[in-house]
Amino acid sequence: MNIPYTVEVRPDTGLHNGKLGIWLFLASEVMLFGALFSSYILLRVGAPEWPHGELSVKLGTINTIILISSSVTMVMAWASLKMNDFGKHRLYLLATFLLSAVFLVNKYFEYSEHLSKGEGPWHSTFFAIYFTMTGLHGLHILGGMIVMAYFLGPGAGMWKKNPEQFANRIEATGLYWHFVDLVWIFLFPVLYLL
Amino acid sequence: MHSDPAEVKKSVRSYMTVFGMLMVFTILTVAASKFHLAVPMAITVALVIAAMKGSMVAGVFMHLSHEKRAIYGALLLTLVFFIVLLFIPVLSMMDHIGTPK
Repeated sequence: MNIPYTVEVRPDTGLHNGKLGIWLFLASEVMLFGALFSSYILLRVGAPEWPHGELSVKLGTINTIILISSSVTMVMAWASLKMNDFGKHRLYLLATFLLSAVFLVNKYFEYSEHLSKGEGPWHSTFFAIYFTMTGLHGLHILGGMIVMAYFLGPGAGMWKKNPEQFANRIEATGLYWHFVDLVWIFLFPVLYLL
Repeated sequence: MHSDPAEVKKSVRSYMTVFGMLMVFTILTVAASKFHLAVPMAITVALVIAAMKGSMVAGVFMHLSHEKRAIYGALLLTLVFFIVLLFIPVLSMMDHIGTPK
């Protein structure tokens, strides 16, 4: 049985189902991270004092630059498909994958440094919310990497069979990836700078 | 969202412009934090810059500047619930039930 509207648009929404689906998923993600940001506000407002300068601004800035760059390579991976250049698409997707791996490696060093000093989630309210928010964000990075690895590997075969549907899948992956970048854009100042 | 190759080619330039602007705003955020502004001012500056960066990512990279109404509708509903969610802490602070008078 064929799944309807994977390529052609539905007359009522004007969208193919995959695109509406990923946006609804992202809406649920907004609520998930929103709950954590709301908790952060509650904890911070209720705390008699809030620590400052506990995290490495240098590492945080480097990771911000990495994630923004990965968003650009991701959108270029999709644009290359639309311009019918599969070779460039693979290069950009691989670059996105590698940049996200570097992000996680940086995060590993950051976590290791704090944990070696005994600054785990149990240490203080600040570190509890820091590990919760960045940990959940890190899991999202890992999830994105798994999807990218699939499209670099076995999933790439669809380009030959159904290029339009493949481009739609990369677009959905990109939308997810930009959302992960967007969350970090808010996490960085909230946790590292304020 | 563009799907015509010529249109996509044109969009590439805007992707690069936004990339440059996101880098500049990132440097600005870090630079502003070095000024040791008063906490309310520092929060306002940081969140305004983050909101500008976020809207560039959403508008250009996620193509929200030219999307279909169904997506805008879903996101509007999400925004309403998101704002309610952010204000729940305020409600808890106004709740004095059980607090001795």
